[in-house]
Formats: sequence, structure tokens, C-alpha cells
Amino acid sequence: MYSQYIFGINLENCCMKKNLVIVGNGMVGHHFVQQAIKEKLSEHYHIHVFSEEAVPAYDRVQLSSYFKHFDLAQLNLVDLEQYQQEKIMLHQNDLVTSIDRENKIINTQNTQLAYEILVLATGSYPFVPPIPGHQHENCFVYRTISDLDAITQSAKKSKVGVVVGGGLLGLEAANALMNLGLETHVVEFAPQLMGIQLDVDGGSLLRKKIESLGVHVHTSKNTKNISAGDQHTLKIEFADDSQLETDIIVFSAGIRPQDQLAKVSQLDLGERGGIVIDNACKTSDENIFAIGECALWDQRIFGLVAPGYTMASVAASQIAGNLEKTFDGADMSTKLKLLGVEVGSIGDAHARTDKSLAYTYMNPREQVYKKIVTSSDGKKLLGAVLVGDTSDYNNLLQFYLNDMPLPAEPECLILPSMDGAPSLGIHALPDTAQICSCYSVSKSDISQAVNNGAHTISDIKKCTNASTGCGGCAQLVKDVVNHELTQLGIAVNNNLCEHFSYTRQELYHLIRVNEFKNFTDVITQLGDGTVGCHICKPAIGSILSSCWNEYVLKDELAGLQETNDFFLGNIQKDGTYSVVPRIAGGEITPEKLMVLGETAKEFNLYTKITGGQRVDLFGARLEHLPHIWKKLIDAGFETGHAYAKSLRTVKSCVGSTWCRYGVDDSVGLAINLEHRYKGLRAPHKLKLGVSGCTRECAEAQSKDVGVIATENGWNLYVCGNGGMRPRHADLFATDLDEETLIKYIDRFFMFYTRTADKLQRTSVWMEKMEGGIEYLREVIIQDSLGIAQQLEDEMQIVIQNYQCEWKTTIENSDKLKRFNHFINSSKGDDNIVFVQERDQIRPANINEKQTIKYQEVN
Amino acid sequence: MIERICKLNDITINTGVVALYNEKQVAIFRVSDTEIYAIDNFDPFSHANILSRGIIGQDQGQLFVASPLYKQRFNLQSGQCLDDEDVKINAYETKIIDQEIYIDA
Repeated sequence: MYSQYIFGINLENCCMKKNLVIVGNGMVGHHFVQQAIKEKLSEHYHIHVFSEEAVPAYDRVQLSSYFKHFDLAQLNLVDLEQYQQEKIMLHQNDLVTSIDRENKIINTQNTQLAYEILVLATGSYPFVPPIPGHQHENCFVYRTISDLDAITQSAKKSKVGVVVGGGLLGLEAANALMNLGLETHVVEFAPQLMGIQLDVDGGSLLRKKIESLGVHVHTSKNTKNISAGDQHTLKIEFADDSQLETDIIVFSAGIRPQDQLAKVSQLDLGERGGIVIDNACKTSDENIFAIGECALWDQRIFGLVAPGYTMASVAASQIAGNLEKTFDGADMSTKLKLLGVEVGSIGDAHARTDKSLAYTYMNPREQVYKKIVTSSDGKKLLGAVLVGDTSDYNNLLQFYLNDMPLPAEPECLILPSMDGAPSLGIHALPDTAQICSCYSVSKSDISQAVNNGAHTISDIKKCTNASTGCGGCAQLVKDVVNHELTQLGIAVNNNLCEHFSYTRQELYHLIRVNEFKNFTDVITQLGDGTVGCHICKPAIGSILSSCWNEYVLKDELAGLQETNDFFLGNIQKDGTYSVVPRIAGGEITPEKLMVLGETAKEFNLYTKITGGQRVDLFGARLEHLPHIWKKLIDAGFETGHAYAKSLRTVKSCVGSTWCRYGVDDSVGLAINLEHRYKGLRAPHKLKLGVSGCTRECAEAQSKDVGVIATENGWNLYVCGNGGMRPRHADLFATDLDEETLIKYIDRFFMFYTRTADKLQRTSVWMEKMEGGIEYLREVIIQDSLGIAQQLEDEMQIVIQNYQCEWKTTIENSDKLKRFNHFINSSKGDDNIVFVQERDQIRPANINEKQTIKYQEVN
Repeated sequence: MIERICKLNDITINTGVVALYNEKQVAIFRVSDTEIYAIDNFDPFSHANILSRGIIGQDQGQLFVASPLYKQRFNLQSGQCLDDEDVKINAYETKIIDQEIYIDA
């Protein structure tokens, strides 16, 4: 329903455009702007956004991830270009101080502005209990980026940290303090942790689990006073006369609505604060809306982002004239991982509903607790608590949200699936089932999008926003998409290419069990035709190398190689190649360094230091490659495989040999690892890093495999990535001795080589793996598939068959013929032309080439 | 003008080489034992003389080479680019006489 007249203004008259003013640019304020764009409100209003903060809206839900990357850009939500394009005025650093409701004008620190409609999205502020001493400079809250920066700074000088408040956010803060290396305590007033979301049993299991991670938990503690400490900066005194000394305190005792502006402007507030709104998200002034954590609906404040988003979209619809869309409360169910512990809570977790029935399952060995609360007749799910294992969460949430009838024995929903509990199939979900609660995306929204041609997860994300908020629904979205695709009769096709109806994984397996050694056998027995293509040939070439590690330029393998592997160099834009000898661990003697310099000088090569601690020599003409390599090999170098989808480098810091902070010999280990895995051809390139201490100067956590020295051995990280899609590696195993470390890496690399898709880096491989890092640990460490020995044996074959491909090539005069530019002339390619820049060569561009040729002719 | 280029066995099956033919760079591919094709070596997309170094493939019966730089494919028989219908390079007739390869264009 669309009305041309809204609030008495004729929308067709653009000269009459009035102001729509939004106060606050947090997550909800920003979401409102997005909704306003969607509703095309800028066609009818000038949109102004006021924010007292200096930075545009950022993702507070992911706030804790800031401690991993310290990069605000990764949290940013606002695309300033989009704001500009949509002509949205963002006034940063400008606090709105009062509203003149009679004249419809806002007063800010810097200006005055008339509004037609005002939307308050002022959010909330952390509540700090008025305990004497709470203003001490080492007392913090956990709310904004600047809070996090201040905590980080202070933690550098601290040993002990205390979080006051054992709720959801408090435990996140505790996690942050742990990661900052502090001895961490959590102090809670109530007798249990997460009292809102969990029942007593769930809370006590959670406590046990996080205590085993080294967090000290103190419940039923009433903090009375904060003063200067004896051993540490501060001393906390409790009502029971006990004490706790600490260096910093982080308060996380809940939030309060930021309703100051509404208060001075005399809008109706709740008894304990909050701007009163109705179902249309309107305040007591019909021209003013309030959304998010500042708003009080039915005596309730909603402290999660999803209800705030719903309010934002309701308000935007209302302003656009769609009066049917209303806010009718929100589901506060939640699933998250706190300090590595999975926790889920749905609906009436405490079984407070009259005559409700509670079913519980407790597994002390696995440390899992599950409870469901049903109606007295057992037909409807009213609530649930999950600690230690939230795999049932999505299933249960759908039963709960859609009022679906429960099976006759509802306990089967949480009992371990000995014979498979009746999982709720996607087909059983009603069309209205909400899949993504952050963006209110229903099952039917997704099926429509699939029907309209969005067939991949990334397409679905783009057109529905599903799974772009907290990401908790990613698996469910994927399931719905796959279900819809199957409904449409579209097979999910993972075939390698038109010549093979197998995935890379299947081909790898078939090649290994059939012991195929060349492409002809593979394509005649497994594929279509005899020729293949530029997709399947290199993929199969790589599989054959992973399995048997034969010389890649053997006649029957040569035609499978990309030009880089074929000429054992990296092709550059002008058809020249680059030369990268191996410098294991980045360690090189002055003599060898001089050989590199002399060689580069003799063949007029451009030289550059690489990110992997090696030297790259560019501009080598094809016919010079064997001469360059002869010189390098005579000096003791070997190929660096920079041209291959294989192990590249093991980057290292200088380690305990020289560094005053070093804990172990990172260079030594890096060299061992590099020599062990050099020549391993894999679905994609592989990079490693070894750091000698936790300062992590080798940036090992951005590598496929990262190793960091600890006092007790080595910590192993896997599946990190730099480059286009950066990803921090996951901590895989801790305090390993070198033998175990190598065993795990052997297995990890071979398992990746076995199962990844072509050209899939370990990071993406892991993200797509069902069960993720946990599953990988089961396979690699617990040997759940019983293949660990096989994987190690397979790696042994690769290691045994290693050869320096350049050495083999320069010893083989037949192969050397390929490096002449012409088969029937000794001339070189006259199209390769260099000019000088910063004292070295670079390829000439087209204009320069023409000028140079013209000069030569004349 | 017919010109002898090289011996048949100078080219490994499934790979290409470059010939200097009439002052021009021509890429010659050996697809099977006796199947030889010749097209320009100059890649109009990268402006480099590198097509001989691409991978040979087949797309619904059409033989092609994929440029090693930016992967555009060219029909080995006609020189037509499969990824951009506006682009076509020269193709050359080849002959095998007594295990020797000739270009005849």
C-alpha cells in the first residue's frame, strides 16, 4: 500500500523535500538508512544522519574480533560512497543536544536543522554499578572500539584482569582478557553465569568448562568497594569480606537505554528508562520514531541486534506509508561460542511457563548439557538450553519459531543420534520459517531468490542479505538453497570440466587406486575424448605429481603443465620469466647472495625481495633460463618452485639463536620443514611460517601452516591466508614436540591434497568442510578415519621422489631444446624490450616499444 | 610459400613450438602423432609472443589453445577467438612430408 500523501506532504513536489533526520549511526541507525534506501525515501526526503562518534557505524556484534586483527576497517558497515550516491548527509562528531518538538527543529553541538520526521537510534550505554572506586583509570567498559583500544593499552602493563558481570557480554570480555594474556577472573552477583539465557544446570556446566580453560569464576559476589591494591593496582572488596587483587577491571553489568535526548525533549519514557514506542515504533510524538536499544516496547528493551533491525525496517516501512508492517516483539533466542564453549538458548529456557515439561540430557564425559521445555501436552516447544554442543539449535529453533508439532517423544530431539534423531528436513519447514533473524529472511524469500536465478550462496547473500549479519544461519541457508535447487531439478554440479564427470577429489582417489601415471590413461578410462582442456590437464598433472612426484617435464606429462611449470619459471606480462631459487627459511650466506647479484647483473635481470624471504629475478628471456639456472645450481642453489602450485616458502623470524625474546630455534625448524615439503604439488600453493615466540614476527598465522614456539614446544596453526581473502589461521594443536608436529603437518598436507577442490587454498577448503576445524582435528589428531598412516606413507613417497627439476633439466640436452624461442632459428623474440627505471630494467609499454623500434630503423 | 620448419619429432605431442616463417612468429602445435596446426604466436590480448606456450584443449569438438597469460582460447584451425567473437588471428596450412613439418600459406 503506497500513499502519495504522507504526513500531509505532496511527494511529487520535489522542491518541497523536507528532512528525515536520524540520530545515531550505530548498527541499528545504519540499518535504518539501508532500509530507507530500499524504500526509496530519499526521493521524498533529504536524509540526514547525526552521530556523536568520529567513525561511521561498525559491527558491534563482531567487536571481539577486533582483538584478533585490530583493524577497524574489517568491522566497518558503512559504504561512504553509497551514502554519497544516495545523497545521505552524514554529520559525524556532532551530538544532538535537544529537540524543539513544537517547531520540529533539532539543536546539535554545531547546528540547527528542521525535520519532518525524526528517528532516534541512540542505542544504549553500559551500566556501571556505582561502586566506590569505579572511576579509577584502570576501570573500563566493553562497548566501543575506543574501549577496546584502552583495554589493550592497559593490558600491556598488567598481569591480572577482572570482569564484573557474568552475562553474555561479560564472558566475551573475559575471552578478550585471556587473549591479551592476562590471568582472568569473572565476578558475578548472581549464583550462576548467564542467568538470563541458561538454567542452573546449564550455567554450572558452562562454569566448569570455562574454569578448565583457566578462567577464575566467582559467583554470588557483591562488589562493595574498589581501592588501591597491595600486589596489584587495584583491590576489589566483596560484601562477604573476601577480596580480589587485579590490575584492570572491565564492567559488564548490562546496558541502559541512551534516552537522555528523549528525556530533555520530554518524550514518554519507561519507569526505568527507555523511550516508549508503539507497534509502529512511534514515540509519544507522532513525528518521532525510536528504534533499537534506546526503545522500550511493551515494557521491554531488546538488547540484541536482530530486533533492532526489525524495528528499523518497520519504521522505514511506516514512513514510506506501509502502515501494515508493525513490530510485534522479537525472539531473543541466541546461539554463540563463548571462550570456545558452544552455548544456545531458546525461548523459555527456565521452564517458567505454567505446567511446562522439561526434558534434560547430561553427558559428563563429553561435557554436554541439553534441555528442552515443552507445553504440558508435549506438543509445542517452549524453550531450550544447550551447552557444549549446539548442533541441535537450528532444528529446535525452527520447531519453536514455527509452532510446529513435536514428535511423540520430544526427548529424541536432544538425545545423541544413535540411530539418527528425526532431523527436521528443509522440506518440513513452512515458507514463513525465518532462516536469517538478523535480516528477517524467510524460507520463501530464499526460494524466490533461487527461482529468480540466484543459485550460489554468494548470490543469495547479495540479493537477500541472508547470512550477512552474525552468520549463524550460514549452514541453514546453504541447506535451503540446495533443497530449492534440487526442487528445480538443478543438479549441484562439481564436475571437474566437460571432459570428466568427477570431482577433483574423486579423480584423485581413482588415479591413486588405479595407479594411473599419465593423462592418456586417465582420460581414456575415466573421461571423454582424448584431448582434454586447459582446466582438466593442469588439474590432473597436479594430481599425478601429488601421487607419484615424477619429473614434470617427462614427455607424457609436459603437455599437462601450465607454461610456468613447463618452463619452470613464472611468466610475466611480456613473455619473459622470473627466476626464484630456494632460500630455505630465508637463510642465505653472503657468498650465495653475491652469486644472485652476479647472475642478475650478467643477465640484466630486475631484482626484488619477495614477501616469502627470497630474491626474485625478473625479465629472464626464455633462451637464457637454462644458462641462468646452470650458474645458480653450480653455486649450490636449487629450484624454489615459485612457478608451481606447491610448497613455496617457510618464512621464519630469526628465533632464539639471536633474538633476546626467542623461545626456540625458528630458523632451524623452518629450514627442516622447507626441505621436507619442497616439491610437494598440491591443489594450490602452500605457504608456511615459523615464529620463535608469541610476538609472531614471521606472521605464521597468515599461512596455510603456521608454527609458533612456546615454552613447552610448538603451537600449530592451520588454514590461514594472506592475499585476496585474508584469514587468521586456527590454533590446531598446542605444545607439540617436533616429531608430532611433523607428523600432523604430513597428515594435514596429504589430507588437503586428497580432498580439496582444484585451486582451492586451505583456508577455503576448511571453511567449506563440514564440521570445520573440529572435524579436521578428529581426522588428523584422533585418526577418526583410520587413514593417518596412509597419509604419512603417501607423504613419504613425495619426499623420497623429490628432485630439483632445474638440475634434471639442465642435465638433459633434449629438454633444453624447448628453451630456444624458435624451433628453426637461433634468434630471440624481438618483441621483448626493456627500458630503465630506478636503475633497473622494466618491460617497455606499447608506445615506448614503437619509439624504440622507430629509432632502430632510423 | 611453402617452407620446411622442423622434424615432426622435434615437437612433443600435446605441446607447441614457435617457428620463424616469412619473418613472422608462428605457433605450431602437435595435437597427436600426426595432427599439426599453426596459428600466429602473437597474443592480441597480452601483446606478447606466447601462444605457443598455451595448453591445448578441446571444447565441443573444437581444438583450441588457451593463452598462458590471460587464458583466452583460440581455435587452432581457424584462429578464431572462442571468448571474443571480434578477435581472430591468422591460421596457417601445415603439411607433414617424410616426418618433416612444412607451413604452406
